[in-house]
Amino acid sequence: MDEEPKTDSEPKLTVSSSPHIYTTESIPKIMYSVVAALMPAFIGALYFFGWRALWLTAIAVLVSIVTEAIIQKFRKVDITVTDGSVIVTGILLAFNLPAGVPWWIPAVGAFFAVAIGKHAFGGLGFNPMNPALLGRAFLMASWPVHMTTDWTNPHGGTLSGLAAITGSTPLAVVKDAMKDISDGVNVEGAQSVLESTRDLYFPLFWGRVGGCIGETSVLLLLIGAIYLFYKRYIPYQIPVAYIGSVIIIAWIFGGEGYFSGDWIFHVLAGGLILGAFFMATDMVTSPSSPKGQWIFGLGCGVITMVIRLVGGYPEGVSYSILLMNLLTPLLDRYTRPKVFGA
Amino acid sequence: MKRSLVQEFTKGFIDENPIARLVLGLCPALAVTTSLINGIGMGIAATFVLVCSNTIVSMIKGVVPKKIRIPIFIVVIATFVTIVEMVMAGFAPVLYKALGIYVPLIVVNCIILGRAEAFASKNSVGRSILDGLGMGVGFTMILAVIGSIREILGDGKILGFPLFGPDFEPVLIMILPPGAFFVIGILLGIFKWSDLRQEKKKLQSIVH
Repeated sequence: MDEEPKTDSEPKLTVSSSPHIYTTESIPKIMYSVVAALMPAFIGALYFFGWRALWLTAIAVLVSIVTEAIIQKFRKVDITVTDGSVIVTGILLAFNLPAGVPWWIPAVGAFFAVAIGKHAFGGLGFNPMNPALLGRAFLMASWPVHMTTDWTNPHGGTLSGLAAITGSTPLAVVKDAMKDISDGVNVEGAQSVLESTRDLYFPLFWGRVGGCIGETSVLLLLIGAIYLFYKRYIPYQIPVAYIGSVIIIAWIFGGEGYFSGDWIFHVLAGGLILGAFFMATDMVTSPSSPKGQWIFGLGCGVITMVIRLVGGYPEGVSYSILLMNLLTPLLDRYTRPKVFGA
Repeated sequence: MKRSLVQEFTKGFIDENPIARLVLGLCPALAVTTSLINGIGMGIAATFVLVCSNTIVSMIKGVVPKKIRIPIFIVVIATFVTIVEMVMAGFAPVLYKALGIYVPLIVVNCIILGRAEAFASKNSVGRSILDGLGMGVGFTMILAVIGSIREILGDGKILGFPLFGPDFEPVLIMILPPGAFFVIGILLGIFKWSDLRQEKKKLQSIVH
């Protein structure tokens, strides 16, 4: 499309119709950049969780590709598995699974993500919700025991990142401690647990804690995110609003009294970094106007913290993004910029 | 063109199936179909009410004033629902408990009021009975299909008998509310798909 019209006689002045400014971006280019940006975290996952991380990710990606190819053949449309979007879905789904789940969990999840989450709505560009997160939500509702207990210890560390506690992931440890305090059971023990979250900053930042395959290492995820910012594939508004609102809410409400919460812990722990940079910023399912993106990120942060602090689950990143995905068409409608001259 | 009596009975099976074609009565179809037996139970209860209300509505169609016909239909339907409720509570307490609030809610089932309004109040008693019976059978069949799919996937059983070995881990979401939407959505899709295929064939046969 970006070739100049050619004529036999050498034109002195080229006259072409608009548009005059082209972009050389394409779906494959963007999608493979996202795949590349996820690679540092993937290599980290191999180090922390061993070959099982590779095995589960490979199954998720493979099933995603095969499902998309079969459905597109069935729908008699072009088979676009090589555009990379389905590979991103597969990798993100695997990144959202505990490393100890049986092999069929990523397979069923990937099938659901692609078949129902993406193609039931019409394929790439028409899906209202992030397919990978929808796959995770399906797995959470179907096999809650596998999805919340099949954790494996990170290489050279414990599940909680603290040597003294080995039973659960950092956010679950804090959730249990907060519950103990509000119930008045074992208050001193719970308080000392909350104190010890300070010792977790480094393990959380580096990734030596229990968690889903791709969410543990803040450092490696940030490397990928910086690359995507450099390529301008993700807007800064969503992650800034998302993480910013998490910081403020965690600081105000996250501790025993007001304005005493450990906000650094809440930013580093769980899937916030993975969600804020790689899943909330999905081009299809997030608003396209900057104002809408601010509101979107803010909503994600508020819902995440409501789930973390008062909800039933220790972590709320995936549900918060799914809920805000559903608001995206409304946000786009109400934040549409005024047409110039209208 | 008037339908034959057989057609009047069988149209509810596929051609005018309440769930798959008319998309009526989705509330019980979504809510109680967590197992095959629940689906059949709800289907039979609704069929009984449907046949009886169609009969009465058709009989009284001459004397019902047009402006207050809906309240009168509702009173007729509610009478039979009360009968069903009491019979079910007395003779099938387990099923009655499983169906819960959805038994009294048969009163507001769109299929029953829909047939009273659209069919029984305009047709003879005989045709109204056949229509109610056919619609009820169609409703029961589709509820049984939804119920068995959800029970097999979500519980690993059919009519309470385990189908798979102990290693099978059921897809819990299928007996939760989202599972009902998945199954009904896919069923409606299959019906639509077969419609489109038949239309295409018809068009081709006209062209050739």
